[in-house]
Amino acid sequence: MNTNSNLYTIVYSTILVVVVAGVLAFVSMALKPKQQENIALEKMQNILNAAALGEDAAQLKSNKAAYIKGLYAEHITNSYILNIEGKVIDGEAFDVDLKAQYNIMKAIGNAKDDATAQALKSKLQLPVFVCTIDSMDLNIFPCYGAGLWGPIWGYLSVEDDFATLHGAIFDHKSETPGLGAEIAKPKFYSQFAGKKLEKEGKFHSIDIVKGGGQVENSNGVDAVSGATITSRSLQETMAAWFAEYMPYINLKREAVEAENSPCCCGSDTTGVCTNSCQAETSHATSSPIK
Amino acid sequence: MNKDIYRKPIFTANPITVLVLGICSALAVTVQLKGACVMALSVTLVTGFSSMIVSMLRNTIPNRIRIIVQLLIVALFVILIDQFLKAYAYDVSKQLSVYIGLIITNCIIMGRIEAFALGNKPIPSLIDGLANGFGYGMILVFIAFIRELLGSGTLFGYQIIPQSWYVANGGFYENNGLMILPPMALILVGCIIWIQRSVQKDLQEK
Repeated sequence: MNTNSNLYTIVYSTILVVVVAGVLAFVSMALKPKQQENIALEKMQNILNAAALGEDAAQLKSNKAAYIKGLYAEHITNSYILNIEGKVIDGEAFDVDLKAQYNIMKAIGNAKDDATAQALKSKLQLPVFVCTIDSMDLNIFPCYGAGLWGPIWGYLSVEDDFATLHGAIFDHKSETPGLGAEIAKPKFYSQFAGKKLEKEGKFHSIDIVKGGGQVENSNGVDAVSGATITSRSLQETMAAWFAEYMPYINLKREAVEAENSPCCCGSDTTGVCTNSCQAETSHATSSPIK
Repeated sequence: MNKDIYRKPIFTANPITVLVLGICSALAVTVQLKGACVMALSVTLVTGFSSMIVSMLRNTIPNRIRIIVQLLIVALFVILIDQFLKAYAYDVSKQLSVYIGLIITNCIIMGRIEAFALGNKPIPSLIDGLANGFGYGMILVFIAFIRELLGSGTLFGYQIIPQSWYVANGGFYENNGLMILPPMALILVGCIIWIQRSVQKDLQEK
């Protein structure tokens, strides 16, 4: 047979491509559940890490998955989705696609008129995870944005005064190793613990700047040298996401301020009133935990 | 069977130290032994099986689209390995990230297919591919062993250098930070080539 004829070449390549595509499609379908389980597990670990839990999991040689799932079930006591007004809406917070929310936020920024912006805002789903450690409730907020080469994301845990960061964790898809990729290293994210989300009485996100890590600066952390764009976009990403959570945070802060009144639950519409009541009182009596 | 098929790629025609192919990944994934072992195994499987499949098809492949067909078969195996790693060794797959995908561009694979598999029967081609992958992996694992031991004091993540030796704990020892940087891998490859060429005098150019 003439293997150099046009017809033969076309038929040959078609058959080969279809066979290869079939094999790949089959394998991809067969392995998908297992891969998604891994991704979900990593997300659980990220959320736990933001609250400074489960960092010892890396040393475990076996049963890492069970260990993380156990920790998650033990500490993440509640999770819910908020709308733009800070009210709880239906849905599973763990399944919210952060990238989709980021795209909506971007679209809101680009919206031509108020009506479209409002319509887009009503679509936002903002997940919150409540992590309980020794009777203190931490609220864990996610963030997701654009780094230099690809997406960057992270989780920040806020203490029950809604003004102190308990911890943070960040990850990235394709930042430069040794430069932008350093945001995923403990040396960078461990700086966030104990930082204040308040400046001159107002809410203020964390600044990632040169010399930000000095002791007298309670709002800032050191940026990564050589990774100006990644550092800056991480700062903007955190500020943008905190801005969306402001209605919720304000509601919660009012509740903290009103903690002397007999019950803070009357005006609470977020559906977590008992939790926050208990948390506030325990926080007032016990010494603050760092 | 001719023993040269599997002897040559490992010693006298080693892809890294003699042919100097596949250096890019050898520098990138040798910081830790675990990553290097997975990479070595992946490359060995891809070279072996893609050589065998191409050899089985060698009489039917239209000459004009020969390279495309080879690429397609190599890519198939690389994606299969990537998918399996994502499902069963997620940590390693994250650590190796793009380098698994970049196996496609590893010169060893296309080099062996063009030079050997297109002109030989499937079984010798499989052995040739596996041996070349092994020759590559052997150097990779050796470099990773030195880099992880001296750079981090661990092997496969287990602490080897006693904690009490470290300066931080009042000892005398400090990890060599240079070892975990890519240039050190290049220097180590250079040292291995130097040693091999001074032992095997016939490799030296006149």
